[in-house]
Amino acid sequence: MTGAKALWATLASHGISTVFGYPGGAIMPVYDALTFYPEVRHVLARHEQGAAHAAEGWAKATGEIGVCMATSGPGATNLVTGLADAMLDSVPLLAITGNVASHLMGTDAFQEADITGITLPITKHNYVVRDVEELPRIVAEAIRIARSGRPGPVLVDIPKDIQLAAFQGEIPAPHARPEAPDPSPESIERARELLRGARKPVIMVGGGSLDASAEITALAHAWGMPVITTLMGLGVFPASDSLWLGMPGMHGSVAANRAISEADVLLGIGLRFDDRVTGRVNSFAPNASIIHVDLDAAEIGKIIRTHVPVRGDARVAARLLAEGAQPTARPDWAAQLSEWQGRTQMPTDWGAGYAVKAVVDRLRPDDILSSDVGQHQMLAAQLARFEKPRRWINSGGLGTMGFGLPAAIGAGMAEPGVRSVVIAGDGGFQMTAQELATLKMYDVRNVKICIINNSFLGMVRQWQELFHEKRYSEVWLGDSNPDFIKLADAYDVPGYRARTAEELPAAIDAWLADPKSALLELVVPHEHGVFPMVPAGAALYEMIETEPVKTAAPTPQRQATEETSEA
Amino acid sequence: MTEARDQLLSILVRDEPRVLTRITALFGRRGYNIKSLSVGSTEHPGVSRMTIVVNGDRGVVEQAIRQLEKLHDVVKIIDHSLEKYVDRELVLVKVAITPESRVEVRQIAEDFRSRIVDVGRHALTFEVTGDEGKLTAFIEQMRPFGILETMRTGRIALTRGSNADIPTHVYHQGATQALQPTLQVEPREERARAVPNIF
Repeated sequence: MTGAKALWATLASHGISTVFGYPGGAIMPVYDALTFYPEVRHVLARHEQGAAHAAEGWAKATGEIGVCMATSGPGATNLVTGLADAMLDSVPLLAITGNVASHLMGTDAFQEADITGITLPITKHNYVVRDVEELPRIVAEAIRIARSGRPGPVLVDIPKDIQLAAFQGEIPAPHARPEAPDPSPESIERARELLRGARKPVIMVGGGSLDASAEITALAHAWGMPVITTLMGLGVFPASDSLWLGMPGMHGSVAANRAISEADVLLGIGLRFDDRVTGRVNSFAPNASIIHVDLDAAEIGKIIRTHVPVRGDARVAARLLAEGAQPTARPDWAAQLSEWQGRTQMPTDWGAGYAVKAVVDRLRPDDILSSDVGQHQMLAAQLARFEKPRRWINSGGLGTMGFGLPAAIGAGMAEPGVRSVVIAGDGGFQMTAQELATLKMYDVRNVKICIINNSFLGMVRQWQELFHEKRYSEVWLGDSNPDFIKLADAYDVPGYRARTAEELPAAIDAWLADPKSALLELVVPHEHGVFPMVPAGAALYEMIETEPVKTAAPTPQRQATEETSEA
Repeated sequence: MTEARDQLLSILVRDEPRVLTRITALFGRRGYNIKSLSVGSTEHPGVSRMTIVVNGDRGVVEQAIRQLEKLHDVVKIIDHSLEKYVDRELVLVKVAITPESRVEVRQIAEDFRSRIVDVGRHALTFEVTGDEGKLTAFIEQMRPFGILETMRTGRIALTRGSNADIPTHVYHQGATQALQPTLQVEPREERARAVPNIF
């Protein structure tokens, strides 16, 4: 058996059924050996970044490890964005890269890049395999590291000669998933004490609590505490529950941000207090004692001073905290929360928000919704109503444009019986639009692509509008955007379009009813913004609740020129 | 938060390629300033020991420890500020001499229990071992005569007493075996002591 075959045998023994990748010179022995392992499906992406995001989409939807593969040098460096994305969003990911033969490593050989050096800060761990006998053991260990504790990406770099060398050993069985440490009884008791005395408590949950949905729901009801779900935690708590306050942070709901600012006890579970969530850190939850439950000790106290640290598994901690619950009526707090909840404004005029709402309103609870990055992402996060976790897939930490389509393909392939809907902008979609070919090649039928086309890099434009006196520098895409319907047609993907609110219902119906994966382009007005918004560096209570009234709609190009000449 | 001061950490790591880069990159990326760093092998094959002097307040050091503990290569971290320890540093100092100053220079060196390791016509090279204060004092004493070159090794430290840093059964077979997950050391006990919070 060659090293290459040992690699596939190890992946197969770990139940890896699908690998997203792209071949090249330094990984050819692995692709050659693939033909002997029909139990593993290889999905040929059209760019290694697409392969990495597809593997992330797979992992985010299922909670299982995603696997991507690339050749040395440019193939490996094209994975980098996906690895950084997986690192910030704690996605279990295994990346396999080929490398030049051992004796060429370090000589600047053809297609050589020091990928372990490059990915050192953006992986949980990485390896160069130096001995073929170590290959399966290292791969098994890489999988264990990626899945254990706080999940993350692990890269295994395999020189070409190691792929070809004869392997004599045995293929290792999968490691048992290590148990997370239980929270200390003292920390739980101190947390309970705080909760018992709380008059304005709030629970805030993030991506680290995706698998603790049932426990957190029970906990919230046991104490009668409202729940805020971060961008990464959407779906952990059912949106239909009256205790749900929405998303916090820069584009969070009025209720969530006000509740944080007023709360006297904030129980955070599986979240890392990202700056997009906290706003100005020293004004975050200024009146609250903070209880922070996290598996990763380094997150506790990293950004926000924690009064009661609880280190351990979110599921166990939530269960223990619910056990000591004393349901308390807090009529004043409940009334206040309900007033804030009532301030939620739904888009009524034709625009990006209106279009996104029309799409997300059609989602079924099982549907997976992915997004790219930008205004449409924040609108989807604000407007979609998730009842279950792992139905919302987006790039939260890294904010990777181009993430949406490949991630939706990965999620769609992981759950072929479920609709995988992706909302993208006209900018981000074009960063990985070539993955339409992947849809065609594998005849994927459940991916529904929606492009919100406002002819702008909308989020950048919004910031320019608010903070740079409307100097629209290099954000106008309209003149050069492709005809998205024709582009889809080139890949045999059916296309639908709506330009007005009147055209919208029929277009959505036809798009969703299409038996194939299909694309829907929604052409919306140029200058709609996403609100509420907390300006960068401001406190959550300084949020702008509604879109400021616009004076005039300038033509983008002229506006920029005039402003420049005046300056 | 306390004020910034020098704090000593000993980090036991798997002796794998790039491990030094991993550790220093972590310090660099997170903006923790390394004041001194020395690395050497230990009594356990496959395990290296680093002594790092970080300048920062307790918050910085605690965060650095928690980040370090997440690295797969890190076996154990000892925060010396929480216990009694001995620390040493070695410095080589080349001092310019003249026929007139020779005797005086040698006398000062003797006072510091320093050894002469090289003798030249116009310079003497001394070896001094000790804690940071002694080394600094030695260099200051020699400065008026003209210091031509110095090189310091960086501080190294060991906990006082007889506690063994890692169980010997863990690394008896060296680095290859150190990769085996069954042989993983859980550095949690040290953690709990390092951070007064309860976990």
